[in-house]
Amino acid sequence: MVEVYINSKFAGIVDNPIEFVNKVREERRKGLLTHNLNIFYNEKANEIQLESSKGRARRPLIIVKDGVPLLTERHIKQLEKNEISWSDLVKQGVIEYLDAAEEENSLVAFFESELTPEHSHLEITPLAMLGYCTSLVPYSNFNQSTRLNAGSKNQKQALGFYASNFSVRMDMDVNILHYAQKPVVSTIMHDISNYDKHPAGQNLVVAIMSYKGYNMEDAIILNKGSIERGLGRSTYYRPSIAEELRYAGGLIDEICIPDKDVKGYKTEKDYRFLEDDGIIYPEAKVKEGDVVIGKTSPPRFLSSMEEYSLASSTRRESSINLKHGEEGIVDFVLITENEEGNKLIQARLRDERIPEIGDKFTSRHGQKGIVGLIVPQSDMPFSSNGIIPDLIFSPHGIPSRMTIAHLIEMLAGKVGALAGRYINGTTFDAEPEERLRKELLSLGFMESGLETLYNGQTGEQYLTKIYIGNMYYLKLKHMVANKIHSRARGPIQLLTRQPTEGRAKEGGLRLGEMEKDTFVAHGASLLLKERFDSDKTIVPVCESCGIIAIKDNYKNKSYCTICGENVEVNYIEISYAFKLMLDEFKSLGIYPKLQLESKY
Amino acid sequence: MADIFSEFEDRLPQKIIDEIKNSLPKSASDAKVKKILEAAYEEYTIAKVSPGESVGLISAESIGEPGTQMTLNTFHFAGVAEMNVTLGLPRIIEILDGRKELDNPMMEIYLKKPYATGKKIEELRQLALQIKETKLRDISTELSINIADFTIEVKLDKDKMKGIEITNSKVTDAVSKQLKGYNIKDNKDSIILKSRSKESTFNDAYKTKEKIKDITIKGVKGISQVLPVKREDEFVIITAGSNLADVLQLEEVDAYRTTTNNIFEIEQVLGIEAARQSIVNEIFKVIESQGLNVDVRHIMLVADTMCVNGSLKGITRYGVVSEKSSVLARASFETPIKHIINAALVGEVDNLDSVVENVMINQPIPIGTGLPSLSVKQPKTAKEK
Repeated sequence: MVEVYINSKFAGIVDNPIEFVNKVREERRKGLLTHNLNIFYNEKANEIQLESSKGRARRPLIIVKDGVPLLTERHIKQLEKNEISWSDLVKQGVIEYLDAAEEENSLVAFFESELTPEHSHLEITPLAMLGYCTSLVPYSNFNQSTRLNAGSKNQKQALGFYASNFSVRMDMDVNILHYAQKPVVSTIMHDISNYDKHPAGQNLVVAIMSYKGYNMEDAIILNKGSIERGLGRSTYYRPSIAEELRYAGGLIDEICIPDKDVKGYKTEKDYRFLEDDGIIYPEAKVKEGDVVIGKTSPPRFLSSMEEYSLASSTRRESSINLKHGEEGIVDFVLITENEEGNKLIQARLRDERIPEIGDKFTSRHGQKGIVGLIVPQSDMPFSSNGIIPDLIFSPHGIPSRMTIAHLIEMLAGKVGALAGRYINGTTFDAEPEERLRKELLSLGFMESGLETLYNGQTGEQYLTKIYIGNMYYLKLKHMVANKIHSRARGPIQLLTRQPTEGRAKEGGLRLGEMEKDTFVAHGASLLLKERFDSDKTIVPVCESCGIIAIKDNYKNKSYCTICGENVEVNYIEISYAFKLMLDEFKSLGIYPKLQLESKY
Repeated sequence: MADIFSEFEDRLPQKIIDEIKNSLPKSASDAKVKKILEAAYEEYTIAKVSPGESVGLISAESIGEPGTQMTLNTFHFAGVAEMNVTLGLPRIIEILDGRKELDNPMMEIYLKKPYATGKKIEELRQLALQIKETKLRDISTELSINIADFTIEVKLDKDKMKGIEITNSKVTDAVSKQLKGYNIKDNKDSIILKSRSKESTFNDAYKTKEKIKDITIKGVKGISQVLPVKREDEFVIITAGSNLADVLQLEEVDAYRTTTNNIFEIEQVLGIEAARQSIVNEIFKVIESQGLNVDVRHIMLVADTMCVNGSLKGITRYGVVSEKSSVLARASFETPIKHIINAALVGEVDNLDSVVENVMINQPIPIGTGLPSLSVKQPKTAKEK
């Protein structure tokens, strides 16, 4: 007597659980029951669970009967000829999807050679344990798992050729790598996913050595000659969008060059790129502050639309201009209508990004790094064949991270480049390293992959042989041009008079609580005061009531709002934030009386 | 020779003078002794903290920085047997907050000579069992209420009682001492409780039934587990649960060395100085066990601030922080509204003579270079003359 539950609801009792479970499975394979159904016989709890609900993770496996997989050579031939598809295999009951519960009832063989009559399923390929991005890492079975996670994460951020119609698309924040290449060392997943149609990296010559300390802490050295030939060159696209919004009362935004009497009119110079329709022309070189799309909006409140208003226009400026730090060339202008029938303008900006110090690059093994130095080709080390590395990678990145696949990929890339063929680096099924070494030897190189390099500046031979090979490198979307930030003076907040926060607002870098503590711990009292002077003010204080008084510069008089003019008013230097706090106390009905005394 | 020492009495602490006195060879001449004392005085002055050094903040950083490396491992079995000990960050927080209820109160009971070295393990176990608290619930199999006359019957577990040497009379004695208003009848296998008041209800009986479960029959109240441990060449009893006052009463216990990890108990039984030392010891024990290196003097400063008032205060908004004289300093640490409103009600004055207030109003803080000021004697004006 075993209880049966369907989607966790009690459904009934069966006498012979094994027979019942087998029957359900048989009917599912025949297609009499839905393929989404999974069944699990829990012997300990003495119950059978049938699940067909959403949200379970399921995975495909080949069904095995009496130690023989149901997937035969004939199926594979048919698949190759495109006569059948994957879903046909599922329909035929050759492949089925198991969920975590049903897996408990099955015995899955990893390889076909391991099959015994007890096995119920066979793994399709060991590669199935990896996700898409992870299976793009060549020789990944030689890497530590954490590095694979990091590596596949990096691949998702790589610049590449994301869509072939990019030139007519208006995607926000996208990059195109100019000379993207197909990797020399690839996996089967590259073929399956047509990676050569949307590649995301370049094959570089990489040497593992140090270069004057500019590649310590994961930094990399780039060859300036290679950059000039197009290494890691990309374009950044970002559209500016403006819409003619409709407001209550038949009012509407207007895309045009704003009149000079519009509220918030910038300067004539800011509008210089606009054509008569108020839209910028393509190929205009714009910098921060320049208006891309001119626009005016009706007043915010209808009351300010009074007829006898002195101002000739009540409309306000609402143009789209470039924010702080942005620059580029107008690439493409689109005038259209949106779903609500409003006029919609999109002006796409393009900016060529040549690799510079601070840009992020990575191999496919989680070995990310930032460009530390760009070296003229004449100063780069060279081999006796005249090969000059595009990129120099620090040897200190290897031992602790144990990314052996990084080294094997270099070797495989070298063989592939020299022999003129693509190397298969599929996980668990790659071309063996031994064979690569033999081939390298036959190509006239040392089988270890080492080469004698010469100092590019002095021409001296390096005392050590250097490991050098070809690797697929990715440029990541984190580029300094989007992040660089500094400030000496700049905008302040209205309320507190303290500097604004964040790069977009040209903000300051906060000296926080714990940083403050370090000044205190050093006893650097006056330095601390100076650091916090950003919002210092000098305020008049009434000596008799201790409330902030008023200094009238026009009449050259000071007076107190409570005690009148015949009081002594003194000036103190405090932070504006403190003055604000005193004001807030007053609004709470608390009387913050300042008692002044001479500090000296 | 005595003169030389008395000369230095107000320059060096007594402890250092005594130390020098005790380690001097008898042959030392007066001139040499003086030289030694001079050198000691010089060393002592160098070791002094300079005025204006922000010792508190340096202590905070010195304890806080290695504290970030402390793993949050709460539990840890202390080798010998299964005894839970709070260690690591949670324990430090527990001590610094001055919490009265500990997660794992513990005692280390040292014994007097004949017991400590006692070769008979059996005797020691007996002693340990004397200390362990036995409650009525531990020796009873069933508690039932007779609905007819609202009497409570407690069935006793005779085997268990024999094992820990408890007789029926002991049980009745203990119950009658701790439960007023009930007549107790000894019935061999059980005891029967009957209320003396005539108007007793079933509800009363039920409440009493629940209450008597926790009556201590034997041992020291609050001590739930005992574990005799051999430490070097003597036996120590480690307990879970703590009751310093009652344990020190026991004849066999060496009151000089017996301790608890409950600092509040130490304060009550042994006084504030003992509590201060105990804070230092307890914090240092945790820091040491984590393999970190923090100078004791930082911890001593913390312990001092917790104890200056003569009573134990945690470093919380109810403890040390609430004692700060500055309104702004208090308001800048948790519940600002409460402090500002209360200050406004009584018209409190903030003299702005500490660090936080001066940071708030952007004035030089009175620490380090901001501490000294210049005083100038002004020449008298003609009028004043």
